Amino acid sequence: MSEKGTVVAEKASEMDLVYCRPESLLDVRMHYCPGCGHTTTHKILMEVIDQLNIQEETIGVAPVGCAVLAYEYLNVDMHQAAHGRATAVATGIKAVQPDKYVFTYQGDGDLAAIGTAETIHSANRGENFLIIFINNGIYGMTGGQMAPTTPIGEKTATSPYGRDKKTAGAPIDITNLLAQLPGTFYATRQAVHSANAVRKTKKALIKAFEYQKLDKGLCIVEVVSNCPSGWKLTPYESNEWMKEHMMTIYPLGDIKTPSKEDLLS
Amino acid sequence: MSEVLFMKGNEALAEAAIRAGLDAYFGYPITPQSEILEYLTAQIPKRGGVVLQAESEVAAINMIYGAAGAGSRVMTTTSSPGFSLMQEGISYIASAQLPCLLANVVRGGPGLGTIQPSQGDYFQATKGGGHGDYYMIVLAPSTVQEMADFVYLGFDLADKYRTPVMILADGALGQGMEKVTFPDYDPAARKIAKPWATTGKTPDRERNVITSLYLQPEKMEELNLVLQKKYNTIRQNEILWEEYLTDDAEVLFTAFGLAARIVRKTIQLAREKGIKAGLFRPKTVWPFPYKCLNELAHQVDLIQDIELNAGQMVEDVRLGVEGATPVFFHGRMGGMIPTPEEVLEKMEANLATVRGRNGRPKEDVR
Amino acid sequence: MTEETIIAGFGGQGVLSMGMLLAYGGVIENQEVSWMPSYGPEMRGGTANCIVINGDEPISSPIVSRFDSVVAFNQPSLDKFEAAVKPGGLLLYEEEAILNPPTRTDITIIAVPAAKAAIELKNQKVTNLVMLGAFLKAKGIIKPQTAVKALYKVLPERHHKLIPLNEKALKRGAELVRGEITAN
Repeated sequence: MSEKGTVVAEKASEMDLVYCRPESLLDVRMHYCPGCGHTTTHKILMEVIDQLNIQEETIGVAPVGCAVLAYEYLNVDMHQAAHGRATAVATGIKAVQPDKYVFTYQGDGDLAAIGTAETIHSANRGENFLIIFINNGIYGMTGGQMAPTTPIGEKTATSPYGRDKKTAGAPIDITNLLAQLPGTFYATRQAVHSANAVRKTKKALIKAFEYQKLDKGLCIVEVVSNCPSGWKLTPYESNEWMKEHMMTIYPLGDIKTPSKEDLLS
Repeated sequence: MSEVLFMKGNEALAEAAIRAGLDAYFGYPITPQSEILEYLTAQIPKRGGVVLQAESEVAAINMIYGAAGAGSRVMTTTSSPGFSLMQEGISYIASAQLPCLLANVVRGGPGLGTIQPSQGDYFQATKGGGHGDYYMIVLAPSTVQEMADFVYLGFDLADKYRTPVMILADGALGQGMEKVTFPDYDPAARKIAKPWATTGKTPDRERNVITSLYLQPEKMEELNLVLQKKYNTIRQNEILWEEYLTDDAEVLFTAFGLAARIVRKTIQLAREKGIKAGLFRPKTVWPFPYKCLNELAHQVDLIQDIELNAGQMVEDVRLGVEGATPVFFHGRMGGMIPTPEEVLEKMEANLATVRGRNGRPKEDVR
Repeated sequence: MTEETIIAGFGGQGVLSMGMLLAYGGVIENQEVSWMPSYGPEMRGGTANCIVINGDEPISSPIVSRFDSVVAFNQPSLDKFEAAVKPGGLLLYEEEAILNPPTRTDITIIAVPAAKAAIELKNQKVTNLVMLGAFLKAKGIIKPQTAVKALYKVLPERHHKLIPLNEKALKRGAELVRGEITAN
């Protein structure tokens, strides 16, 4: 599709190279726990940036949470935001750099708890950037506390008897909520727990970056993900648990897609 | 120099920002400074740039953080409760060493308070305000003309030192109208390179990262040392103050902003009565002109500090005076403004106390 | 010369714009000027006032508590500011609005039937211009002709067609003040 994609394919044929690190992903050891969905998501995000050949035109915003150090790995200009404020920071960047591709990379606590106001209003203004939303239903960085997206009954460091709907409310489906707003152009929910899921997420990310050129509004790609350490499971078990407990309340698939007229007008 | 205009302080500040090359403004309405956002939402679409009404002051300061990081000349303005909401963001901006201009058109507090003029946010403005060891350069205008002048100065200082600069005004300076002229100023000529900005990683450089996170304490201390070194340079180079009738003064008033205007009237009244009074007015309240005040302190019988608060700048006055002469404080709070006559009366009573004693007392009298 | 004036009344009576005309007039005549409004909830129907200072030296304090002139548009304003007139100063008030007239004997007091005059001019909104005309007759802080020039600055362009009426109101106000003005 792009020049870089071709180069990789040629290399593969010449040298029997079947896999390589995306050029825009820095060759450093990541701090993420084994089996964590952040690593896969980082990798395919940068594969997409290479494939679209937009490394020089992309500015990313890192959140507070497990991905706070995303700028250590993503080889594009990066801005680390205060907890919950990634979309406000992205609004500021996009306002003065309207021709650049801007994305935020946020977890559930950052996006759907402390940053709810900024998230909703960025969508409502139809901000022309991409939110990559990693939903693993827990606060990983701070040691496994309850998140706004934690399933009912789930035991965490701050819901030791299980999430009680009466006091903590139900898990919030923020992507669905954002999809209701006219400013949201594209909303989809994907995952990275299987090869097939990875392919779909990659496609969604490509779409979202391409939509940004159209200047039509906010795109959000939610990635339902796992937290083996926080959930106290092995990576394999965590993916099984995720299918059973997370994907039942957060079903995968497109939530809002632009119509043909949207894409043409 | 351009023509003489007659404007509200808020409008003068907004107009100066446009003339100084403002790229983007993000703000949220709050009395008594909403005219700034109103002025800019009317003017910027015609004159170029970005203006955006944010959903909160929290969002506004973080939009500033993003746009400043992306290399633009940016400003936000607010009033006291809104400025409290911005503190976290300002701490990040100071830590990430980004230039921006902030204005607090102060109203009476604490809490929701009043919408009348106050100087109750002096501590917050000059001692950091948010978390961590940082300062902002704080300019305290006293006239509508300075509401405009300090915008140019503020932007230039912010760029020079890569630091947030704030204008500490008050509701009366924002709402009142006075004559103002805008200086010749070519924003293009003042533009400096910002090679650190997030404008897209070109092949000739490493990626730029705007961050305030250094998990290793050794690294964090390193950053702190860089900041402190910068603050010391600012302390050495950027102190501004004004003296009024201090040459023969036996009584020295200290006041900033609107309070200094009231004191000027008091000085006229005092001199009509034969009391040689003068004024020391810091224009930068951070860095505070300690040394210059100390020199004056040795020539006067007393210092009478006047503020629209419970006594905040007076702590810096005392640090500067170092006990050289008695320091008295008088202030009004919650949006109340002392009258020139009231100020005169307080000073005369204190002068009588001091002169009634044998010699010059060394203790500090509140 | 420094003239410290407070203009006070109900919100909507045009006290702030009367002050602004006086202030803009000062600017046009190259005076030093400040205009300081009371602002906030008062703007929405309560009492409103503004302090205007015209001088030939830079204005020291834009907020003062004793005035060379008080212009009162209603009883609460008169009650509040009568005592704030400097001895020998001027208290000018709208006649119909006042039930309890001022009692001081060390100042000049002028009652102006401005509302009545405005109704005769078929626009009650020019009451403040009648008051300004009367005030400028009593205190020549700026020339009446300068006040007309100031109208072009203060009124939005869509209201410039009203300027001839405003000019009439200014003249009418001046006519309502007769004789020498001295403190009794």
